[in-house]
Amino acid sequence: MPMTITEKILAAHAGLDTVKPGDLIDVKVDMALANDITAPLAIRVFDELGVKTVFDREKIALIQDHFVPNKDIASAQQTKIMTEFARLYGIKYYFDLGDSGIEHVLLPEKGIVVSGDLVIGADSHTCTYGALGAFSTGMGSTDLGVTFGTGRTWLKVPETIKFVYEGTLGHWVSGKDLILFTLGKIGVEGAVYKTMEFAGKVIRNLSMDQRFTMTNMAVEGGAKNGIIEPDDITKSYLSEHTNKQYTFFKSDPDASYEKILTINTNEIEPQVALPHSPDNVKGISELDNIKIDQVFIGSCTNGRIEDLQIAAKVLKGQKVAKGIRLIVLPSTPLVYKEALQKGIIETLLDAGAVLGPPSCGPCLGGHLGILAQGEKAVSTTNRNFIGRMGHPESEVYLASPAIAAASAILGKIGSPDDI
Amino acid sequence: MESISRVWKFGNDIDTDLIIPARFLNVSDQNELAKKCFIDVKPDFAGSIQNGDVIIAGSNFGCGSSREHAPWSIKAAGIKVVIAKSFARIFYRNAFNIGLPILESMDAWELFEEGDQIEVDLSAGKIMNKANGKQTMANPIPDFMMNIIQAGGLVQYIKNKDRL
Ligand code: SF4
Repeated sequence: MPMTITEKILAAHAGLDTVKPGDLIDVKVDMALANDITAPLAIRVFDELGVKTVFDREKIALIQDHFVPNKDIASAQQTKIMTEFARLYGIKYYFDLGDSGIEHVLLPEKGIVVSGDLVIGADSHTCTYGALGAFSTGMGSTDLGVTFGTGRTWLKVPETIKFVYEGTLGHWVSGKDLILFTLGKIGVEGAVYKTMEFAGKVIRNLSMDQRFTMTNMAVEGGAKNGIIEPDDITKSYLSEHTNKQYTFFKSDPDASYEKILTINTNEIEPQVALPHSPDNVKGISELDNIKIDQVFIGSCTNGRIEDLQIAAKVLKGQKVAKGIRLIVLPSTPLVYKEALQKGIIETLLDAGAVLGPPSCGPCLGGHLGILAQGEKAVSTTNRNFIGRMGHPESEVYLASPAIAAASAILGKIGSPDDI
Repeated sequence: MESISRVWKFGNDIDTDLIIPARFLNVSDQNELAKKCFIDVKPDFAGSIQNGDVIIAGSNFGCGSSREHAPWSIKAAGIKVVIAKSFARIFYRNAFNIGLPILESMDAWELFEEGDQIEVDLSAGKIMNKANGKQTMANPIPDFMMNIIQAGGLVQYIKNKDRL
């Protein structure tokens, strides 16, 4: 029976020859991850299970990223629970401050998740690893706690919607614009319970960093996972980042899809998601004089080296507008170091940016750049729900690093071409 | 005496940041989480709900983050059941896992105003407005999820299966 890439990975992990949408399957998990918000709950569940030890100390990843460096006493208590658990069971992939970065950037960068893996995480943006041709999905802490004990989980095989991107990419148009455009078309419920498979010539030419940006936001369409077939670009990424064995799965040409949507990229301009939903998307030329107070460049969506490189390109020799706060958080220590070596940090500082440690920071309104009542921010993150980055009456506009950097210079939402 | 359950109504796409904003996720104590439930949209919610009250919402309830703190805060606040036109995937799974009953119904939203008295028969899926007697049936709960509920949540279900 012909299958999609997602169906093939699921079948392989369920020990079955084939699976079809709707099947309930029991699968083995290659990597189970949780962060400083979700791990303490998962650990509590694990303890309730009453098993002697974790299923595999090399297949669990615990990452401190949301409220680190610990923003208050309560968060310090949470990370302490993680540290103690990690020590007790000898968790191999435990990332403490200094080694740690944003989970969904860190794990691929360290080669801990690879193509063909089945990954579950107590974080909704676990879907990011689909860019490598892995099946990965977010769950809650109870599911994770149970998997820490059993190494398995249950899944319902999703239907797949295939998105085929054809054409060329316009000036300053990136993976972020493609995914925002797509969300604008299908809406936040457009792919609930389903797989979003990204394909087509445009995707084949996209860098890994931009592919991660796209699969990262599959959950914003409600999807279970986002996925991209691996190719030579994936291969060269893996050769730089991992020694692990990996498997390339590909969709059969006659695999069946719930829908195939073809998107012509020729007409796509830089996109912005207006408050308060990631599907409230407009082209940059449709926006008129939206004054802002803050710009944030970072997160698991756009805090990678290529993102900082683009921001620096726009900001080189420019100054952040008076009264605007530009906050940049490189997503991992390695991204930070590379940015330093490439002179990006200096360019950003010269322009008037503030650099912070690798952390989720203001992405979820945690710390390091919270918005006051009535303030507006342009952010390279993935969600602009009410109160996401601070006061319930603040506003978040989602955009690419190029648009974010240009907006910081302009003091209002705009593109580098407006400077 | 039967306790009185009242309806709290919410719209479409109620996301997990609305249910419990991230700034309150530095704890995992349920009672603390309950106090912050819906604090940005209905600041009086946690203080005024009575044990056994019911939430009726539109589509895609619980979209956004995987934070299990969201169903926990609703459950610990005293909500007996959440009825929505549809649920976001992770929330749906989390609710069953932690034992917060949820029902899918396309019609319930039209049958109630905020504050109406409601009667819900969970096992039959029957939803009734006590003021006018109008009723509707929720979508049946899939067998697999029913097994998890009957076991009392995922942890117990796994223990019962004796897989460990
Ligand atoms: S950067 Fe934002 S979206 Fe990504 S894991 Fe952190 S809080 Fe979640």
